[in-house]
Amino acid sequence: MIGQLTTSERQAALLILLAVTLCGLVMAVIGHGDPFGAHGAIVMLAGLIGLFAVVSKYYAPEPDAERLTRYYDDPSKAGILIAMAWAVFGLFVGDWVAWLLVNPDLTFDAGWSSFGRIRPAHTTAVIFGFGGNALIATSFYVMQRTSRARLPGQLSPWFVLYGYNLFCVLAVTGYLMGVTQSKEYAEPEWYADLWLVVVWVVYFLIYLRVLARRKEPHIYVANWYYLAFILVVAVLHIVNNLAVPISLGEAKSYSAFSGVQDAMTQWWYGHNAVAFFLTAGFLGMMYYYMPKRAGRPIYSYRLSIISFWGITFFYMWAGSHHLHYTALPHWVQTLGMTFSVMLLVPSWASASNALLTLNGAWHKVRDDATLRFMMVAAVFYGLSTFEGSFMAIRSVNSLSHYTDWTVGHVHAGALGWVAMITFGSIYASVPWLWQREAMYSAKLVEAHFWLAVAGTVIYVFAMWNSGIIQGLMWRTYNESGTLAYSFVDSLVAMHPYYIARAVGGLLFLTGAVIGCYNIWMTIRSAPRLADEPVSRQPEPELAPVLQPGE
Amino acid sequence: MNVFGFHYRLERKTIGLVLAIIGVASIGGLVEIAPLFTIHQTVEDAPDMRVYTPLELAGRNIYIREGCYACHSQMIRTLRDEVERYGPYSLAVESKYDHPMLWGSKRTGPDLARIGEKYSDQWHVAHLINPRDVVPESVMPAYAWLMRTELQTDRLGAHLKAMRAVGVPYTDAMIANASADAYGQAAPDSPYAEGVTTRYGQATTVRTFDGVPSRLTEMDALVAYLQVLGRLTEAAHKPVAAAQTSDAKAKE
Repeated sequence: MIGQLTTSERQAALLILLAVTLCGLVMAVIGHGDPFGAHGAIVMLAGLIGLFAVVSKYYAPEPDAERLTRYYDDPSKAGILIAMAWAVFGLFVGDWVAWLLVNPDLTFDAGWSSFGRIRPAHTTAVIFGFGGNALIATSFYVMQRTSRARLPGQLSPWFVLYGYNLFCVLAVTGYLMGVTQSKEYAEPEWYADLWLVVVWVVYFLIYLRVLARRKEPHIYVANWYYLAFILVVAVLHIVNNLAVPISLGEAKSYSAFSGVQDAMTQWWYGHNAVAFFLTAGFLGMMYYYMPKRAGRPIYSYRLSIISFWGITFFYMWAGSHHLHYTALPHWVQTLGMTFSVMLLVPSWASASNALLTLNGAWHKVRDDATLRFMMVAAVFYGLSTFEGSFMAIRSVNSLSHYTDWTVGHVHAGALGWVAMITFGSIYASVPWLWQREAMYSAKLVEAHFWLAVAGTVIYVFAMWNSGIIQGLMWRTYNESGTLAYSFVDSLVAMHPYYIARAVGGLLFLTGAVIGCYNIWMTIRSAPRLADEPVSRQPEPELAPVLQPGE
Repeated sequence: MNVFGFHYRLERKTIGLVLAIIGVASIGGLVEIAPLFTIHQTVEDAPDMRVYTPLELAGRNIYIREGCYACHSQMIRTLRDEVERYGPYSLAVESKYDHPMLWGSKRTGPDLARIGEKYSDQWHVAHLINPRDVVPESVMPAYAWLMRTELQTDRLGAHLKAMRAVGVPYTDAMIANASADAYGQAAPDSPYAEGVTTRYGQATTVRTFDGVPSRLTEMDALVAYLQVLGRLTEAAHKPVAAAQTSDAKAKE
């Protein structure tokens, strides 16, 4: 990694890491006795590890100029491995919290291990750790190929990747210490949020610079989605996290907004984190890897345009469907519901565009579990966007809201769509990146596929059952006109479904562990293709060799 | 056709595409969020609304720290069964001083918007030490260690100050006496108790929440907070307040 950097990049890396280390030291000193200080120590440690790595290779020979004729894929490789590590960690924590609802006494009489602290550790690890790293890794890969341009420098992609992971580590360790803003999916405190803004600006600049150097006149559709992901997440993140810290040496802050305005801002953020992090970014992934793997062009250019702008416009209105029948003014609820229903059009346009792309390649879907991951992802994308529009209807929401149905819906999207498209894309790109013939074991990919599908289906069915039973029990009246069930009655009814859900999660986790083993063995032991001519590469027209004159 | 022709040209321009994405994506938020700050009826008037005492605010921060909001909502919807189960539906004004709001999104446990004074302090303490001692079927984690943990009060003034910076009307006297008021609210026989009711109103509860007057624990703070939920204003119990906002709440 360091060997690939030029001397001036190594010097810049040292300066940045020195600044990070000093920043961590200052945080540790002024935040002594507060979790802020502990986070300072973590930042300092991260800086020191980086410094050690750079210094130990500082006098390694410089890379030759020949590197500039090839795409720069090392950050993508690292990002994929880090994403898989977060996947295993996040899924493990997720299954742990699932078992906590079966047996609540698994907490060792300590604060850090209770449901409320490790549940955000699960959501952050899977959404931002697994999903975010996969997006960064694949976007670096895709932006270079579709622009036929190399990354602008070799340091900035590493800054984005490691800086982003520092944010994730601060987030997860923070929750265990009790540092949280309580805003769902935006829990990290002010200093971590500020750091993410810095990382994100660099990420955006990399994207702009690659696009500016592109050899293709048109910006490919995958990049529209990655761009929307980067831009809109930045806007959402900054607005929703506006807060006043109690001091510059303490972790705690108070949100700039309160009550109803805060609720609306939070769910404008929350729903569009789903839209632009978990949908737009992964659609970018799908628009590149699915046609590549299937060997078919995207079915319809016009459908791509309609669905892209439909998603970008409609989604931003939909957040208020999280607040039906609450103290939010009725007109905002109605707008949210209306746009949520309309959202089905661009969502299904995307899903059908993906599935129709497979026309002529369905025999590959049958034989190739990697492509089947992507196909099933598109199906789950269609299913969960339909379910989402349905649940946003006010009268349906009166039953589903506050219940496990929502949890099931989220996991249909997160496991069925986000994780499956990611696993498919990772299985496709690992042999390309490491220049191997294929994955180490196609059978293990197959095993992972069926474990993932079984786990998702069990999870989602369990939560549909528990959610609808819960919702119905809460509103059931007996003949004398009083409520038929106490709250605890509904809780007791959940028990078998909570066990089923935890089992489903365990299957999904097992699949991810098998995937890690398979990726590891592919990197370790499969024969190299390095000596093969470029024409034997799996993607001739986009082989990792730049055009002359670059 | 023209639209696609336009797009065919747009997708060749990076900055054009960037600006178009930002523009198209901004409209929804601007239309839905900005008016909530300007339309007066969004938040009802409630002259009797009081701010959280330092002890209650500390308890609220423990509630946030432990992620209680992940399983408990604080938002009773305008539905018949919810009003009968939990009490009058929640008004916007009730969370006016909640930075951030804790409306929640999931009820693994029941709604807590009106839990205040529904159960005794002793019940809450026993329930937090081990929920299954009181509710055998409960799946809530045990928080016995709150009873063993001393409450940090020295920085409460800075907390109140930050709250004032975001718009909560804490007075200079409240900020100056924050630590003493936190102690006094859980020690009714101490000389600090009187200042709490002077500054926060006669309705403020001054009790030994965790049953041990000599120590100020995190249990004191959390129980004090739970006991004030739904009791900062009487607005939700007054038919007049409901009528004022009838256009927003026409449903029930």
